Amino acid sequence: MIIRPASDRSLLISFGEEISLEAHAQVTRLTRALAGIRGILNLHPAFTSVLVDFEPRLRTHAEIEALVRERSEGPLEPDAVPPRVVEIPVRYGGECGPDLEDVARHAGLSPGGVVERFCAADYVVYFVGFATCFPYLGGLPAELAMPRLPAPRAHVAEGSVAIGGSQAGIYPLASPGGWRIIGRTELRLFDPRAEPPALLRMDDRVRFVPAGQEARPN
Amino acid sequence: MNRIRVLSAGLQTTVQDLGRFGWAHFGVSASGAADPLALRAANLLVGNAENAAALEMTLVGGAFEFESATTIALAGSDFGAGVPLWTALDLPAGAVLRCGPTRSGARCYLAVRGGIAVDRVMGSASVHVMTGIGGRPLRTGDVLLIGDAAVRGALRAAPLIGEGGAAPDLPRDGLLRVTEGPQAGRFSGELYGGAYTVAEQSNRMGLRLRGPAIPSPPGGMLTEGVALGAVQIPPDGQPIILFVEHQTTGGYPKPANVISADFWKLGQLRPRDELRFQLVTLDDALKLLQTQEQWLFHLVHFGKL
Repeated sequence: MIIRPASDRSLLISFGEEISLEAHAQVTRLTRALAGIRGILNLHPAFTSVLVDFEPRLRTHAEIEALVRERSEGPLEPDAVPPRVVEIPVRYGGECGPDLEDVARHAGLSPGGVVERFCAADYVVYFVGFATCFPYLGGLPAELAMPRLPAPRAHVAEGSVAIGGSQAGIYPLASPGGWRIIGRTELRLFDPRAEPPALLRMDDRVRFVPAGQEARPN
Repeated sequence: MNRIRVLSAGLQTTVQDLGRFGWAHFGVSASGAADPLALRAANLLVGNAENAAALEMTLVGGAFEFESATTIALAGSDFGAGVPLWTALDLPAGAVLRCGPTRSGARCYLAVRGGIAVDRVMGSASVHVMTGIGGRPLRTGDVLLIGDAAVRGALRAAPLIGEGGAAPDLPRDGLLRVTEGPQAGRFSGELYGGAYTVAEQSNRMGLRLRGPAIPSPPGGMLTEGVALGAVQIPPDGQPIILFVEHQTTGGYPKPANVISADFWKLGQLRPRDELRFQLVTLDDALKLLQTQEQWLFHLVHFGKL
């Protein structure tokens, strides 16, 4: 664990430079352990690090560092509550997934083969960040990895399901973006009136299913 | 409830408080006043809590008609309203306050005794312009309600003010003090060599700068959390200062971070303004913040410095 100031009101805590489920477990534990502490204003978890913003008139770097050390001690225990599993129905290809054919060509697969492999995988939400509830998903089958577009698109539709390098993600709002878009979901990932406002949260497990083939609640 | 009619909205006028905290792990940055010092001062002068909702005007202010007798304060930059800044003012019923183009920095705050009454979204009244969280910029014809959130008396003694509404201890010198950012060790001081200009494409998400290009250090980095005021260096070498509506995570290296005591300056920088960076220690940054808090205390408790 490396702890260093990022600003006069924040500390960056890093658990290495390699994306892994072990580093993710450390990030998840620390983020949860620091939630709701007075004087901590915001927590920014990422692949292997957590940025802690604090109120500099209430807290010092040394105090936050001591808290971080105390709360990251000891072996990681399995969660008492199993992670949530969220199913995301997706329309693939065509207007909803303009890059599906490129991804298929890059992978040496048919578009149907891409969808089949994409839906067969289990994904974990490493963290939610970037801009408004964007989930960074690990677990993409290696053969589907593809670099981002050379130049970002000016307009990516809300709900676009996309591949960026070896990660998958979903655009919660219409925005510019450089990931390869293979489909679109109608689920709302962000709702400011919902509690919490994000459909997907750190450490959730995600399954993608073709729209119309969702598991029906009994 | 007393009402304010928006006779003209100005270029970008939004309701702001000090921000929406506790949502960065969902990718939602705090938003809030771009010049938090001016917002706090304006609120405290009219007898509100410092975090009350007030109006933030940008570059060109609006015109507002007050239905009933009201106490207001303007703080930040001088938008040509023809009334003193940094003091509470009593307006009679029907009064019209007309602001125009700025005569100094980028933003002017209008606080109203009782606060602007709007629904809080995720705990804050602040408009996050890019996502629409908390509402939208004002339009001509909007009607705002005045709340009853005043907590003490207003302060009407006109304080000493400097040129263009700037407070004497807070010069608009274009000097941004920074502490080292997380990747400072991968840069070699290029940021401190020359002057930068604020580009037109700047907004509440980020201040884009133009000036001597800073070479990106070799090797990539993982996306990580980013803080308000982070100075990040994209591949083209032109720095971007992450501002109140910043993304919560990012993958560009950051040699520096603007100190808390200079956040207000970020809110007052206009397109084409020139600035330089100066590196200070964390200890210096915290002393400068303490001095600034003392300045605000004197202003709102004694009406002078």
